[in-house]
Amino acid sequence: MDEDKLLASLHPLERQVLAVLNKASTPEEIERLTKLSEVEVMRALHWLKNKDLLTIEVKETDVIELDKNGSDALKNGLVEKRFIRTLTKPTKIQDLATTIKIDPAEINVCLGILRAKQAIILDKGIVTRTKQADEFLKNESLEERFLKKLPIQSTMMSDEDKSALESLKKRKQFVKVEAKKARTIQLSDLGKKVAGKKITDNFAERLTSEMLKQNAWKDKTFRRYDVALEVPKIFGGRRHFVNEAMLYIKRIWLDLGFEEMEGNMIQTNFWNLDALFVPQDHPARTMQDTFYLKNPREGTLPKELVKKVKAVHENGGDTGSKGWQYAWNEKVATENVLRTHMTVLSAQTLAKIKKEQLPKKFFSVGRVFRNETLDWSHLFEFHQVDGIVIDPNANFRHLKAYLKIFYQKMGFTDIRLRPAHFPYTEPSVEVDVYDPHHDEWLELGGAGIFRPEVVKPLLGEDIPVLAWGLGLERIISRYYKITDIRDLYRNDLKQIREMKAWML
Amino acid sequence: MPTVTLNKQVVEKSVGKKLPLEILKDRISMLGTALEHIEQDDIVVEVFPNRPDMLSEQGFARALSSFVGVKTGLRKYDVKKSNYKVVVEKAVRGYRPKTSVAVVKDLQLNEEKIGEIMQIQEKLHTTYCRNRKKAAIGFYVLDQLAFPLRYSALPPEKIKFTPLGFEKEMSAVQIIQQHPTCQKYTYLIEKKDKIPVWMDAHKNVMSIPPLINSNNTGKLVSGVNDVFIECSGYDQRVLDKLMNILVTTLADMGGTIYSLELSYEDGEKLVSPNLMLEKMKVDLNYINKRLGLDLKENEIKKCLEQMGYGYEKGFAVIPAYRADILHQADLMEDIAIAYGYEKFQEEIPNVATTARESPFEKFKEKIAQLLVGLHMNEVNTFHLSNRETQEKKMQHSLQIVELANALTEDYNVMRAWLIPHLLEVLKNNKHHEYPQNIFMLGTVFKQNPKTETGVQEDTRLCVMHTHEHVNFTELKQIIDYLMRMLHITYEIKEVEHSSFIPGRVARISCKNIDIAYVGELTPTVIKNFELDMPVACFELNCSELFKLALL
Repeated sequence: MDEDKLLASLHPLERQVLAVLNKASTPEEIERLTKLSEVEVMRALHWLKNKDLLTIEVKETDVIELDKNGSDALKNGLVEKRFIRTLTKPTKIQDLATTIKIDPAEINVCLGILRAKQAIILDKGIVTRTKQADEFLKNESLEERFLKKLPIQSTMMSDEDKSALESLKKRKQFVKVEAKKARTIQLSDLGKKVAGKKITDNFAERLTSEMLKQNAWKDKTFRRYDVALEVPKIFGGRRHFVNEAMLYIKRIWLDLGFEEMEGNMIQTNFWNLDALFVPQDHPARTMQDTFYLKNPREGTLPKELVKKVKAVHENGGDTGSKGWQYAWNEKVATENVLRTHMTVLSAQTLAKIKKEQLPKKFFSVGRVFRNETLDWSHLFEFHQVDGIVIDPNANFRHLKAYLKIFYQKMGFTDIRLRPAHFPYTEPSVEVDVYDPHHDEWLELGGAGIFRPEVVKPLLGEDIPVLAWGLGLERIISRYYKITDIRDLYRNDLKQIREMKAWML
Repeated sequence: MPTVTLNKQVVEKSVGKKLPLEILKDRISMLGTALEHIEQDDIVVEVFPNRPDMLSEQGFARALSSFVGVKTGLRKYDVKKSNYKVVVEKAVRGYRPKTSVAVVKDLQLNEEKIGEIMQIQEKLHTTYCRNRKKAAIGFYVLDQLAFPLRYSALPPEKIKFTPLGFEKEMSAVQIIQQHPTCQKYTYLIEKKDKIPVWMDAHKNVMSIPPLINSNNTGKLVSGVNDVFIECSGYDQRVLDKLMNILVTTLADMGGTIYSLELSYEDGEKLVSPNLMLEKMKVDLNYINKRLGLDLKENEIKKCLEQMGYGYEKGFAVIPAYRADILHQADLMEDIAIAYGYEKFQEEIPNVATTARESPFEKFKEKIAQLLVGLHMNEVNTFHLSNRETQEKKMQHSLQIVELANALTEDYNVMRAWLIPHLLEVLKNNKHHEYPQNIFMLGTVFKQNPKTETGVQEDTRLCVMHTHEHVNFTELKQIIDYLMRMLHITYEIKEVEHSSFIPGRVARISCKNIDIAYVGELTPTVIKNFELDMPVACFELNCSELFKLALL
């Protein structure tokens, strides 16, 4: 920046300080000369320094300051002067304390100083004023001159100051010497050039509506800003960062032509598991995994479907399957639970649609519940994304393709399918995703083709239905670099305000 | 799912091939068992519930051996006929009425083999047998038994024997009360008048299934060669499959299987074990279409053989130990596993379908956008809560939906409203910058007998502001803004609500439907959440609002 631009960018405070820098080299002196407050001077110096106009040398140095008696002396005069002013007639030493109203401890000091200055005579215990006393009163002493300069850095003292300090040090609480950071300010070469220019007051700080109305801006120059200066942080309104991710995940499936499914979080066991051909004594049904309701404990079931689902469990019904070969209990199916997977909605959707509408594709994103104790890697509430593709021509290779596209859009380069087991799919697969940033495979969800025992009772015909249920919290926390999964729902406002935006 | 630890050397010996570690790991997981880890001599795997036949070293190795191509195809298990007889008395009908029996000889038991047998028995008990509820397995030393054996039911006080691990004879009543193993399973005894009992020809008690064996006949020790096995329960098919898993495993350990005559007093006479092979039709077209492949018959045959099946003229021959083949779909999965999941080429079908976003979800999205435009931060809490927060701290009582089996008292009900949740959020943010203006869209739950589950779920919006100068007007302005943006006209009425300061709370309604409360919370409520900053808020029923917005 050239000097003119620099000059034009100076803040009014900077301009005031710069104008006195030829006469002052410490902040204290600048304060005295500009009548600015300490804070204002320091701010201006700081800004000027940032513009390379000056250097501030900070040194640990002794600073001499006024002490209690010193400031008293500065206000009311030195105690020996008060002494001599009060001493109008010869007085006995022992009477001095009552006639002269000064601290008795100071009397001896005063007598010493006044005798040295020949302002008094002490004879046979009687103190008498001399002619030199008037002269003494009239002249400002070294000490008085020095007191007026305080505070002063020891390095800035003249020889005169030094001898005044020595004599004042002998007196009680006149001055104190403290080690302080002393700042010495020196204009840089650039600073000297800028300071050498004419510093005018014709700068406008702010454009006002008044100036516009009056056309008063025409002869003004606007102060140039330091645009690189740091600004205070602000925070905007925001969606919760987990929801930002959810919206994106929904977008992926919508882009692929999927329809959104909706449904309740509280469901009967019938929809949550029985309709999905999970046998009633399956280990996954144990109390440990599922939240059951105490109140209301039971729901009602769709009558027609109950018959079909019962048959398919007991002997395969009309699906050509042997079924699980046990007595299916309707009572167990009526129990209310918090849905343990979003696949509930997939089952309900199959029961709703008509064969004539096929092919169709659906997805759902939502909360599911598992009866777990909260810790760094477990939540009792979390999100799953489910999808189904109902298409007479759907096959296992399509399933692999949908999963791969989804995870690619989530930022993962590769997926791997492993054999798994779910009571409602054949084949069943476990979906692993490769995380290139951590060079590891993550196990993220299950998928497969719904069994005929699931599809036929619900849809009326055994049509291939590709299905998946994928966990989301693990990838979302990875994206936001969260290691304790509970932090996703801690609702810490600082975190919510400052979390990076979902950029996928 | 059960995790089993298998001895690597035993597995390798039975597989008949030593695979490099990385290949072994890969093959184990691609066969359909979740590999936990392999360390020195241990292979630790999680066996899925559909494959109880893989819970032992032999069963696991059998599957792996054919999968890696060492010994493919159906394994033959010879069954020799014995003259032993077992009678099932009528008395056991109504208790655990069915059983499956077998004799296996030439086992040459040592400590290692006994350990393996104990592990498979225990794993089968916890999984396939559903903690002995569905079935219970008993092993006996053949030499100690006098045939024919009888399976019956007797009053417990009439049964006397020395239970496993004890030294003196006791009555079944005492045993049930005192034996540590029995106490875990007594809940399985549904009727108390009689309990099932196994006895030999001399009326010596062998066991009282599913509880405990006799110490005299039911204890396997090194040096024993021949054993009698019974699986007792309710369903002949389930018990026969269980027995088949056991005897084929023991045969793979070197034993010889012998069958017995099993006669039910009320009719049936069976030969047990029943290793009869079932066949299932293989529809090439069905399998190829669903897998998206074009496998020829000989390729399908090869795949099936790799999974331990036989193949005969369009039919798969299912091994006697497989309990999970219900439908051709199950064969299809095994064919896919043999083909290799990793070999399937993904293909995206070019079928056009039209996307549809839920209109209600879109509506919620719009509301959230408007609020974000007002510089508010969305929060996101759990749906579970507790009565203390939902009712007591709010000085308000509600029709709350309760959980039956929550693990902690902090989370044992479903939330009935959102305001307490947002107050909890504020409570945890007292150290952060004010003003704190937050909102949440979420589901609340209340009892309603008219719905399918008896629970009504509604989506609500809660907006909450807290700072030194917050007041009723500030919040009313936000509702007013939302309503104007949605083109909904509303009425506002002064009401009383125990959570709000009297005279500073109002109800908002549209077309005579109440949709929201808005107001300043009472100092008591604020203090109950350990806050020391004024709070104003509103809670609005979005589900109702959505219906109104559509009108």
